[in-house]
Amino acid sequence: MALITYREALNQALREELDRDERVFIMGEEVGYFGGAFKVTDGLLAVYGEKRVRDTPIAELTIVGAGVGAAMGGLKPIVELMTINFGLLALDQIVNHAAKIHYMFGGHAKVPLVIRAPQGAGHQLGAQHSQSLEAYFLHCPGLYVAIPATPADAKGLLKSCIRQDNPVIFLEHESLYGVKGEVPDGEHLVPLGKARVAREGKDVTIVSYSKCVYDAMAAAEALENEGIDAEVIDLRTLNPLDITTVIESVKKTGKAMVVYEGWRTGGAGAEIAAQIYEAAFDDLDAPVERVATLDTPIPYNAKLEKAALPSAADIVKVAERMV
Amino acid sequence: MALERDKLIAERARLTMTESQLLDLYRRMVLIRRFEDKVAEMYSRGKITGFCHLYAGEEAVAVGAISALYDKDYVLSTYREHGHCLAKGVSPRAVMAELFGKATGLSRGHGGSMHLFDANLRFMGGYAIVGGGLPLAAGLGLSVRYKGDPEVVCCFFGDGALPQGAFHESLNMASLWKLPVIFICENNFYGMGTLVQNAICQEELYKFAEPYKMPGVRVDGMDVLEVHSATLEAAARAREGDGPSLIEAVTYRFRGHSMSDPAEYRSKREERIWQERDPIKSLRRKLTRDGRATEAQLDAVEVEVTAIIDDAVKYAEESPEPSIDELGKYVYADNLGAR
Repeated sequence: MALITYREALNQALREELDRDERVFIMGEEVGYFGGAFKVTDGLLAVYGEKRVRDTPIAELTIVGAGVGAAMGGLKPIVELMTINFGLLALDQIVNHAAKIHYMFGGHAKVPLVIRAPQGAGHQLGAQHSQSLEAYFLHCPGLYVAIPATPADAKGLLKSCIRQDNPVIFLEHESLYGVKGEVPDGEHLVPLGKARVAREGKDVTIVSYSKCVYDAMAAAEALENEGIDAEVIDLRTLNPLDITTVIESVKKTGKAMVVYEGWRTGGAGAEIAAQIYEAAFDDLDAPVERVATLDTPIPYNAKLEKAALPSAADIVKVAERMV
Repeated sequence: MALERDKLIAERARLTMTESQLLDLYRRMVLIRRFEDKVAEMYSRGKITGFCHLYAGEEAVAVGAISALYDKDYVLSTYREHGHCLAKGVSPRAVMAELFGKATGLSRGHGGSMHLFDANLRFMGGYAIVGGGLPLAAGLGLSVRYKGDPEVVCCFFGDGALPQGAFHESLNMASLWKLPVIFICENNFYGMGTLVQNAICQEELYKFAEPYKMPGVRVDGMDVLEVHSATLEAAARAREGDGPSLIEAVTYRFRGHSMSDPAEYRSKREERIWQERDPIKSLRRKLTRDGRATEAQLDAVEVEVTAIIDDAVKYAEESPEPSIDELGKYVYADNLGAR
């Protein structure tokens, strides 16, 4: 165990997998000489060389498409999109190609491709650099979506994603890169589709993922002072989705809210809420609530930006109303 | 200049190929033509449904190019792909069964006419988004280089793909990284019903090679030997590590864009002119003229091909449909995410 940052944990996972499997390589804008726009790949070029840490032109569609093709050619590419916002330029290759190839060719082709992308708001980067787009990918069958909150999960999930055979969208919240946590040294694998109960409680279930897990934990502490015992679930992956762990919790607490930084409308929270209703309607004592980003592009002004995003205070307010 | 040179090279190929090689080119082209005729018939009888884009008229491009490759080289295609797939040596049975939507089809009935795939024969798929295959070709080329393998990747696409960003991004990347890719543009003059000159500022499509610093040639896509020669040259270059090439094969589709298109945007006169340049008939003329094959040999090809296609139809008809239980089976390679 070592206390390291989320960024360092990802870097460690990449090094270990590059060491482990010759087929693994990294490609993306600024991943080599620059060390990654968020420094996740820092130092890798010097160790592994240009063949395995490949800088690309700014051409997201073809970066991802080349990743798909390389995966079909027997390699295990890890493609970095500088941010998920730019990933929209690659949607054709992600949705029409990566996600479909195994299926439309009757299972005869595999696309073992990891697409890493930072996302999220909070740094006053304006409307085009602040989005959380996990719902876009969750919507599409054929793609796994991993979205770790802690440094340990960042490492363990990334390693698992690299070793499996499906295309994965691996989303890293930009605010988490500097967050520190205990991370196991060496081999540490977190399976896809297994949620983590981050805090046990009996009064209300707070389902979350990525950065919002920290808001949920802060809210749970505040609620404890008011005598409300919240359970916090960190989903870790949205697809596969560990709805079993969520339902077990809801059966215990009778109340659930979903907290996420995507837009409220059509977000992952809507899907999770629907699945809770389908599986645990009779156990609910209150409607499932959503605490999410307002349905607005993210504004530049700091005060406005903060107001648009979900916060621990919002979670506390909703929990108080529910219990 | 380029055209003259390629004519000369094609002439040389015609003279240096053995009789059996020439007959094989002829056989492959006839197989595709008759296969497509049969597909049209089966489509009109409701046995084949969905979108269906036929390759009749363009056979010399697929056959000319693929015959210049080794078996282990990769081929990618578009939604107009039956010809490339058959030219790569894929079983007509498995192709026909896929068009019929049967479990024995190449893609187990999950793909259809536009999504054929055969990993063993390195037919790396038909893709139905215009330009979508080009980035994949760059990636396959990258994997070849990465592994230090000798293969090349041959990527077919239509003139309609040239205005797409994917075309420009992929040519840039392939050239930048010297990837072993042969980009073959089948210029049949129409992207659906839109004339090339109404869609692309530069009608001489091979000239797009120059800004991307790769050789670009325009060849007569109705002449199988000319396509063959140009592809041989591009493949040799790619194998040497000198990077990609762009080949523009000027050709013509004898039918509409798809089975539902009567091609009313073209004149009958134009269609007649191109039919006179039928790539199969012209190869037949040359072979008999030069005494490289006899009429009887060429007639025998027709008989042989007819039997193969009849057998493929019978196989497709008699094959079972995929089971409903299979519906979600291939969404994920491991089914962790099955919903």
